[in-house]
Amino acid sequence: MSTTVLERAPAAQRGTPTPVKLSVIDCDIHPQVKSPAELMPFLPKQWQDYARMFGGLYRQVFSDTLSHPRIAPDVARADAWPPDGSPPGSDVPFMRMQHLDANNVEYGMLMPLNRGPGNQRNLDYGAALASAVNDWQIEKYVKAEPRLRASIVIAHDDPPAAIAEIRKRAGNRNFTQIMMPPKSIEPLGRRRYWPIFEEAVAQNLPIALHVGGVNGFPPTGGGWPSYYIEEQHTNVQGMQGLLTSLVIEGVFERFPDLKVVLVEGGIAWLPALKWRLDKHWKRLKAEAPHLRLAPSEYIRRNIWLTTQPLDEPDRDSDLAETFELVGFDRIMFSTDYPHWDFDEPRFLLGKLKIGKENIEKIFSGNAKALYGLA
Amino acid sequence: MSRRHVVATVDEVKPGTSKLVSAGGRSIALFNVGGSFYALADKCPHESGSLCSGRIVGLAQADEPGRYRLERRGEFVKCPWHGWEFDIRTGQSYCDPSKTRVRAYKAEVESGDELVKGPYVAETFPVTVERNYVVVEI
Repeated sequence: MSTTVLERAPAAQRGTPTPVKLSVIDCDIHPQVKSPAELMPFLPKQWQDYARMFGGLYRQVFSDTLSHPRIAPDVARADAWPPDGSPPGSDVPFMRMQHLDANNVEYGMLMPLNRGPGNQRNLDYGAALASAVNDWQIEKYVKAEPRLRASIVIAHDDPPAAIAEIRKRAGNRNFTQIMMPPKSIEPLGRRRYWPIFEEAVAQNLPIALHVGGVNGFPPTGGGWPSYYIEEQHTNVQGMQGLLTSLVIEGVFERFPDLKVVLVEGGIAWLPALKWRLDKHWKRLKAEAPHLRLAPSEYIRRNIWLTTQPLDEPDRDSDLAETFELVGFDRIMFSTDYPHWDFDEPRFLLGKLKIGKENIEKIFSGNAKALYGLA
Repeated sequence: MSRRHVVATVDEVKPGTSKLVSAGGRSIALFNVGGSFYALADKCPHESGSLCSGRIVGLAQADEPGRYRLERRGEFVKCPWHGWEFDIRTGQSYCDPSKTRVRAYKAEVESGDELVKGPYVAETFPVTVERNYVVVEI
């Protein structure tokens, strides 16, 4: 026999997440403007006029967008639009409700991709824009939500301007790191960028390299990809190229205290890259005698990685083993909220059988140590 | 013992749309596909995305590169997070059909005059004899 129960539907057409118990530090949260006008008050009058009359210019035909269409508008989770219809990530109360509170986020690192100051062809506009994005992060996000921390956005192809911007923000503990797009005019290990690394070390600020940027080059060595699936995977190839450049050019030999965080580039490729670079180094070190350590030793000392998008092997134990090879103390949890490939903390917890202590390091301990958070 | 839950009136969920409802303490994504109603647990088995806010789509199929067709329009829901696709009628995953499935519940339409005869546990959803209701069995 069956009984019929009468139910009232919940008011909202959206599932309410069950709060997670474990508190996490999310190393990749994307803020967004409600409209381009939102950044205007943070720009000097000259650059407001410039933005209205000319606008941004990247090394590609499109001025303010990405090279490939993504799976979803704004690359966002389909449920991340605030009730007023404004763009995902642009509404602090909604972000608080949907993500910070629901996922028990203790601290969240802002990764602003807005308007790509670092890739602007007009370097002075890029520098003004970087400064505007930095003020905007504090005014809009950090003041409203003290759990959030800003990243110092810089126009890295003008190192003196970048250094001035870093000095302007250094000492303000609301900024935890410097952010550069990994896609730059030259590979980031080249000496033109060393003054920035020197300043980062002097200010004791890590450098976060979040996948992306627009540098006009195809993201693969073999040319432009046709599919988003291919383009997604270039995040891994790009990170491998970037890290190889940083190591082989001698950045970590010259700046042994430099801390670099690779954000959203995956993790599982790292052990294989270390093995291969070490093998080449042993045979070819006459070409790069400045490398006193094996590549894997620089990587182990100077590199941190974030978890999202998590590699998903068929056997969860393979993931645990990979994490061990990378180093449990070098992996930091991230979600990529509000983007479509967001990772849920509970999902990661379920996958990893690595012991309570390592879980705690990945979810918060490593980020606390790196960023000096209490 | 299964219980039958009156979760919505028929006209609240138009064809091609979904609605988040609650039955027996569970969140259920209720779908109307061409006038028939289907109920899935509102929780993607991958990372728990809320399926009621996912797009309702068809299946893009190809016999070979360059020859595409869209089949079974409106019969799949795509998780709002990572785009995993599920057959609304059965809860079966299209991405990983052998291992993954969303819990599907039986959903039926009943008239108000049938429902008021009982037996049912009256909670808060008002039933009138003139209307038709969606009943989910859990």
